[in-house]
Amino acid sequence: MKVQDHASAAAAFIADEPRTDWHDETLWWVRQKRDKAAHGLPEWEQLRSWASQIKDHTLSHLDHYLEEFEKNALANGVQVHWAEDGAAHNRIIHNIIRNHSIQRIVKSKSMLTEECHFNEYIREQGVEVVDTDLGERIVQFRNEPPSHIVLPAIHLKKQDVSETFHEHLQTEKGNNDPQYLTAAARVHLRDKFVHSELAITGVNFAVAETGAVVVCTNEGNADMGTHSARVHIACMGFEKIIPKAEHLSVFLRLLARSATGQPITTYSSIFRKPRPGQEMHIVIVDNGRSRQLGRPDFRNSLKCIRCAACFNTCPVYRRSGGHSYHTAVAGPIGSILNPNLDMKANADLPFASTLCGSCSNVCPVKIDIHEQLWKWRQVLVKEGYVAPAKKLGLQGMAWLLAHPAVYRLAGKTGRWVMRRMPFLVNNRLNPWYKQREMPTPPAQSFRDWYLKNRKS
Amino acid sequence: MKVALFVPCYIDQFYPGVAVATMELLEKLGCTVTFPMNQTCCGQPMANSGFASASAGCDKNFIASFRDAEYIVGPSGSCVLHIKEHLHHHEEEAAATKIRQGIYELTEFLTDVLQVKELPARFPHRVGLHNSCHGQRGLHLSSMSERVLPSYSKPEQLLQMVEGIELLKPKRVDECCGFGGTFCVFEEAVSVKMGKDRVQEHEDNAVDFITGVDMSCLMHLDGILRRKQSRTRAIHIAEILNANIR
Amino acid sequence: MSARHHIIKAVADNKPAFVPLPDINLDQVTGYDDLAAQFATVVQSIGGQVVPVPGWEALKPLPQAERAAGKWVVNAVPELGATDQEVSSMDAVQLAGVDMAFVPGTLGVAENGAVWLYESQMINRLLPFICQQLVLVLERKALVATMHQALLQVDTAREGYGVFIAGPSKTADIEQSLVIGAHGPVGLTVYLIG
Repeated sequence: MKVQDHASAAAAFIADEPRTDWHDETLWWVRQKRDKAAHGLPEWEQLRSWASQIKDHTLSHLDHYLEEFEKNALANGVQVHWAEDGAAHNRIIHNIIRNHSIQRIVKSKSMLTEECHFNEYIREQGVEVVDTDLGERIVQFRNEPPSHIVLPAIHLKKQDVSETFHEHLQTEKGNNDPQYLTAAARVHLRDKFVHSELAITGVNFAVAETGAVVVCTNEGNADMGTHSARVHIACMGFEKIIPKAEHLSVFLRLLARSATGQPITTYSSIFRKPRPGQEMHIVIVDNGRSRQLGRPDFRNSLKCIRCAACFNTCPVYRRSGGHSYHTAVAGPIGSILNPNLDMKANADLPFASTLCGSCSNVCPVKIDIHEQLWKWRQVLVKEGYVAPAKKLGLQGMAWLLAHPAVYRLAGKTGRWVMRRMPFLVNNRLNPWYKQREMPTPPAQSFRDWYLKNRKS
Repeated sequence: MKVALFVPCYIDQFYPGVAVATMELLEKLGCTVTFPMNQTCCGQPMANSGFASASAGCDKNFIASFRDAEYIVGPSGSCVLHIKEHLHHHEEEAAATKIRQGIYELTEFLTDVLQVKELPARFPHRVGLHNSCHGQRGLHLSSMSERVLPSYSKPEQLLQMVEGIELLKPKRVDECCGFGGTFCVFEEAVSVKMGKDRVQEHEDNAVDFITGVDMSCLMHLDGILRRKQSRTRAIHIAEILNANIR
Repeated sequence: MSARHHIIKAVADNKPAFVPLPDINLDQVTGYDDLAAQFATVVQSIGGQVVPVPGWEALKPLPQAERAAGKWVVNAVPELGATDQEVSSMDAVQLAGVDMAFVPGTLGVAENGAVWLYESQMINRLLPFICQQLVLVLERKALVATMHQALLQVDTAREGYGVFIAGPSKTADIEQSLVIGAHGPVGLTVYLIG
């Protein structure tokens, strides 16, 4: 199936304008909660600088920290696996599951497993994995990917959830009360937790100094799963490393405030050793990250802590929905990460932005997101991933604007045509005119005026 | 003070009144203003579409036009920001650097260089201020709602000097209007939806005019306003600061 | 060559020039005049409650009173009487019926209402998550202003597991409507002693 590009998918999303307004307003409300939390800390900008500097430092010393982390994790009795790509990550987990002949598996939120398309893979192997984050469970029932990395089901209304739960959990038809629906999910998922044999989690931070992984949730699903199961697998992109436990203070202060406006997530759990009788694995994944690390213009995208503040503030994301980005990580940060994974398939994404810069301003680790969007555009054009018509048009424009006499003639002719034959531009073939009036072309340009009035 | 006027191409062609207002305003404030006749475009439309590499001719022409200017002033935050961030030329790097450092958006030139404290302007209307992103987040013409820093606004500071004006802010004080250069046609649906939402917040304030430092954003908003036959119109800040309506 | 070797080599080859770590100067960090008041305000804002008590004596009858009401109460606080060590070997199916758990905290953080628990304080790692009502007991003098002080005091490498808990389990995944009690406790009370 051909994936729709962002512009077409966004147009389809916007076709339902009331729902678009709801999506926009709901995420704007999250952005406002973030603002309130940020403004509650006078040292906010200082914290961002520290976070940014810690991440810059870590990237510059990452091979060392990865080895230190592995050494400490092994000493803690944890098994460490390395995966060069998503397929290797999926195989490693499948092997662990097979070796234990395990049937009952729960997974808390991990964007890495989404990036690796783990759910599809493991289903094809005949293994059922239950997503336990409420939003993820909702989209899993619906066979949809999450549309937001922190709020996976934000594209859905409570009516949608009610219908899905009626079908899968036999809740009352038409009961749309979030409290009621959440209670039904609680009963369903607590049953999954207490019987689970293996729990998969993501990782928010991995501490080199102690070999520990830190997992943040509000629901408690990571802890319910890991402490019930006899096997815990934590999956992490290698950029999750931070040097020391004390650095957690900076990141834990920023993460939830940036994400949802909470002062901290309900649970910030630090897993260092398996409990007695338990087995713990950590899968460290590259999947294009080392390539991104080698791109000076784009490497600092690896500082991302997946708070999604850039999603919530992005006026384009809010009005186009996460699925229009056709990738596991949507939004502005996704648009600078995904071209690294597949330039051709994701060539539309850096153009799905007005370059307004709000993303870079909210980013808790100071990634210059909008500047990287601009730079990706240059790379994509250079590599030939842009439509030929667009290329021809813009090259023609560049030529015209480099030649003042041609420019003046074209301007004059264009204005003359627009004044005499407005139907040539005021038609449905002109995307500007579809929902907007064209400017009224004046008889004389400023240059004409200047010649008459100032240049004597 | 000698000023070379930078008139972005679409202002030259479609909104000459904005350039005239800019020129007259600067003259009123004592500047000697010249308009280098061979200027065309800053190159931003190409660069923002990924074709920065194709704009060498454009850059060279810009440098030739403005190389001798002490101050360059343009009534467009976006075009000025593009020059500040991206004007380079392998044969003319010294001249390009001088231009990058000597170029100003109109309102920042008025507040920071001329240090204007009063204006002989009168504009007795309800006016909504649109904070154009490149002026705001790029040139720092005003503080930004995302940042935890002291608040200020150079455009607002100037508008407050205008007699009779009633300045109103939209609910989301600095959300993008959706123009975004070629974004406005390649992502038409999102662009228009963003514009409609901005327009609505200003109309909720029952403003007569929406103003800002970037005519490109205003062209987009005005296109939407006129399509819905709104009584609200878009107007460039230079036209208000230069107005003397009795 | 192994995947491990490939990855570490690729990282070493592609990493940027060395950047030093920043100095984190705690003078630039927010402080609070009244840590307990700030802590209580935040805990309440995230769906929990803080109850100040003058001393341990006032708390001692609580577990028993709850038990008398027919609840399965697990006590992990030595100061409140005998601790229920038998839960250490219980599995999730067994623990699913716990109505209330009393667990001691090591320290509390005024800026965000979080309480740090070491694994050894929980008897069973699952206990603070699987119970319906979680009661944390903390000495007032164990409050710190921010996470910076918290992570300097807590030794996260002392035990196999530890957690900061801030409020009861919650979710807003359905239309951003906040619902308290996602999978874990539906209520959280912190008794602040002293």
